[in-house]
Amino acid sequence: MAHMNMVQALNSAMDIMLQRDPRVVIMGEDIGYFGGVFRCTDGLQRKYGEHRVIDTPIAEGGIVATAIGMGVHGLKPVAEIQFADYIYPAFDQVVSELARLRYRSAGEFSAAVTIRTPCGGGIRGGQTHSQSPEGIFTHVCGIKVVMPSNPFDAKGLLISSIEDDDPVVFFEPKRIYNGPFDGDPHKPAVSWTAHPKGEVPEDYFNIPIGKAEIVRGGKDVTVLAYGTMVHVAEAAVRLAGVDAEIIDVRTLAPLDVDTLCSSVCKTGRCVVVHEATRFSGYGAELVATVQEECFWHLEAPIQRVTGWDTPYPHAFEWEYFPGPQRIAAALHHVMHSA
Amino acid sequence: MTQRSRLHVPHPPARPGDRPDFSYVQISPAGAVPRPEVTTAPHEMERLAVEMVRVLDDGHRATGPWNPHLEPQDLQVGLRHMLLTRVLDERMQRMQRQGKISFYMKSTGEEAVSVAAAMALQPGDMLFPSYRNQGLHITRGRSPVDLMCQCLSNTHDMCKGRQMPVMYHWGSGNIFSISGNLATQFPQAVGWAMAAAIRGEDRIAASWTGEGSSAEADFHQALTFAAVYSAPVILNLVNNQWAISTFQGFAGGEHRTFAARGPGYGMPGIRVDGNDFLAVYAVTQWAAERARNSGGPTLIEHVTYRAAAHSTSDDPARYRPRDEWKSWPLGDPIERLTQHLISLGEWSAQRHAALEKELETYVSDCWKEALSYGTMTDGPSLDPDSMFEDVYAKLPPHLIRQRDEMRALRAARAEPASGETKTLDAQAQRVTKEG
Repeated sequence: MAHMNMVQALNSAMDIMLQRDPRVVIMGEDIGYFGGVFRCTDGLQRKYGEHRVIDTPIAEGGIVATAIGMGVHGLKPVAEIQFADYIYPAFDQVVSELARLRYRSAGEFSAAVTIRTPCGGGIRGGQTHSQSPEGIFTHVCGIKVVMPSNPFDAKGLLISSIEDDDPVVFFEPKRIYNGPFDGDPHKPAVSWTAHPKGEVPEDYFNIPIGKAEIVRGGKDVTVLAYGTMVHVAEAAVRLAGVDAEIIDVRTLAPLDVDTLCSSVCKTGRCVVVHEATRFSGYGAELVATVQEECFWHLEAPIQRVTGWDTPYPHAFEWEYFPGPQRIAAALHHVMHSA
Repeated sequence: MTQRSRLHVPHPPARPGDRPDFSYVQISPAGAVPRPEVTTAPHEMERLAVEMVRVLDDGHRATGPWNPHLEPQDLQVGLRHMLLTRVLDERMQRMQRQGKISFYMKSTGEEAVSVAAAMALQPGDMLFPSYRNQGLHITRGRSPVDLMCQCLSNTHDMCKGRQMPVMYHWGSGNIFSISGNLATQFPQAVGWAMAAAIRGEDRIAASWTGEGSSAEADFHQALTFAAVYSAPVILNLVNNQWAISTFQGFAGGEHRTFAARGPGYGMPGIRVDGNDFLAVYAVTQWAAERARNSGGPTLIEHVTYRAAAHSTSDDPARYRPRDEWKSWPLGDPIERLTQHLISLGEWSAQRHAALEKELETYVSDCWKEALSYGTMTDGPSLDPDSMFEDVYAKLPPHLIRQRDEMRALRAARAEPASGETKTLDAQAQRVTKEG
C-alpha cells in the first residue's frame, strides 16, 4: 500500500493498464509531454511512448470520434476531456455514436472507450470550469457513468472502466484531487494522507462497476451522495447530530439499487445530495428509484440538496455550493416532518 | 514486400533546455508581398496565404504596398493602447499572484493583433473576441477600471460576478461576451455578419480565435458558413505558436499555413506579421473594405508568439525553452512600433519612458478606484440574490423559491447569537412550507 492522492491513484491506474494491456492508449489535450493540466498523466508518455500516450489537437469532438475509430479497430482508448465543461463539442459523438454503436450494428461493432473528465466546482472556475454534467450522460442508454470520491476508488474504478467492454464516462471531482473537502472553504486544505481511502495498493486491483459503498452505517436516515458531496455529507451528518447511513453511489449507471434501497427500507428516511443543478438532475432518478422500491417503508418525503438551478457563478461559489448546513437542514427536516 | 503505415506525431523544434529554433517560421521580407485590389477573386491571390505581409523592415522603416501611411499621431495612439494593455496585464498578473484576483491571462507580445485591428475597424463593427484580446477593449476606450472590476467580481463587475476574470463583454462598445469554451464565437460572428447583410447594413463583424482552437469544429463551421453566404466578416486566427502546452503543429501547422485554409474554403487567406502594427492595420483595413463592399469574408492568420504563460494556472517552463520569446524572429510589437516612431523623428526614449510612467500611475489609480467598488474579500459586495437573475428573461417560480431558500440560510447565518440550530430550523421551516 502507498499514500496516494487522487491524481496519483488515477495515474497509477493508467500506468498499470498501459503495462498490462497493449491495446490501451491514452489521449487528450496536453496529456502527453506535459502530463496533463492536473498532472493525471504525468510521466506516462516518457514511459510508454508517443503512440500510446497521444497528445491531440484541441477538438473534443475529434478526440471522442477518433477514440471511437480506434476502439472499433481493437484499441482501448482512454480519452481525457480537460474539463467536463468542454465535453459538449463531443456530445454528438458520445450520444449518437459511442453509446449506440453496438446496438445499431446488432453487436458487430463496438468501441470500449473510457472518457475521463474533471468535474465540479469550488475552485473559482466560474461557469466554464465548474460544471457537473453527469446527469446528462446517465440519461443516455449504452454508456456507463462513474464518479469516485477518493483515491482508492478512483484507481479501482478506473481500472474496471478501462477493462469494461462498454463505454464509460468517468467523472473526476477535481475539488478533491488533492484532498477530501468537507464543504468549508475557510478551513485549511487537508491532504489524502490522513484519510483511510488515501491508502491505495500500488499493484493491480479493481472495484466492480455497479456497486455502491456504505461509507457510514446508521439507522435514522440514509444519505445518498457521490463525488465531493460524500465528504460534505459526512460533515453535515456530524453537524446535524443524526445517526445517518451515508452511501457513496460511486457508479451512477448502472446503479446499485439493492444497496441503496435496502438502506432506505431500513432507515425509512432519505436525503439525496449532489452538486449538480436540481431540475431533472441525477437526484431525480435516485428519488424515483427509492420511491418505487421503498414507498411503504418511508417515514418522510425524500429531500434533495443540490446546486441551485443557475450556471455556476464565479463570485458566489459558496452560496451556490450545497454545503453542510443545507444538507443538515434537510436531515433535520426528514427527521421531524413525519 | 511488406507495407505498413506509421503514426506521425508532431514535435516542437525545442523543449526545455534546448536552444530555441524558429527556423520553421517562413518570413517574407517587408514590402515584398503585393497588395491586390479588394475585389480580387480568392483564387487569384493565394500567395497571400503562404507568404507574409510585412510593412516594417529591419531598419524600422515602413515599406511596400501594404504601408497604410498612418499619421504619426495615429501611430502614437496605437503605441499608447498597446503599452497600456501591457502595463495593465503586468499589474493584473501581480494582483493574481498576491491573491487579489482568482485568475488572469496576459496578452504580452500579442498586443498589435488586437490594437491595430480595432483601430482599423469602425466603432459600429461588432467584435467577437477570444480571451486574449483585452487590447480591443482598451482601444475602443474602455476604462481599465471596468476590466479590473470584472476581474474582482465586485459591485461594478459588468458580469455581476458570474464569470472568471478576463471574460469581459461590452454591449455599448460592440464587443461580445467571452465564453471560456474555445472557438464558439467564430461561427457566431459569421451569424452576426449574415444578419448585418440581411438587414442591409454597412457594419461588419470580426472575430479572433487561436491556432490551437482552429482544430475545433466551430472554426470549420465558421469558414463554411462565411464562404457560403459571403458574410461580411473578418476571421482572425491568432497563431501564437502555443495552446497551453500544445504547439501549433498539433493544430495542423506543420504542413500548411493556417491562412491557406481560407482559399480552401473559397475566401482570401492572408498571412500577416502579427507583431507588425502597420501590417495588422493594413490587412484588417483591406479585409474590412472587402467585406463592406459585398466581397465577403477574409481569413487572416496573425503570426505572433504567446510570450506569457497561457494563464496564471500555467507554467510554460515545463514544455518550452524558458527564454524562447527572446529568439522570436518577429520581435516585440511595442518595441518595433516604438523604433519606427523614433526613426520618423516622432518619438524618443525620453517620451517613451514618460509614457510608461504615466500609464503605470494611471493603472495604479485605476486599481485603487476598482478596489473601492469591492474586492473578493472586503468592501461593498454584489447581492448574492443576483445570482438567480438572467438565467431566464423573467425570474421563474422555482428560482424564486431557491433564492428565498438561500436568503433564509444567509439570514440565519448572519445572526451570531442564534447559532447552528437556528440555521437548521430556518431551513427546515422553509422546506416544510415548500413541501
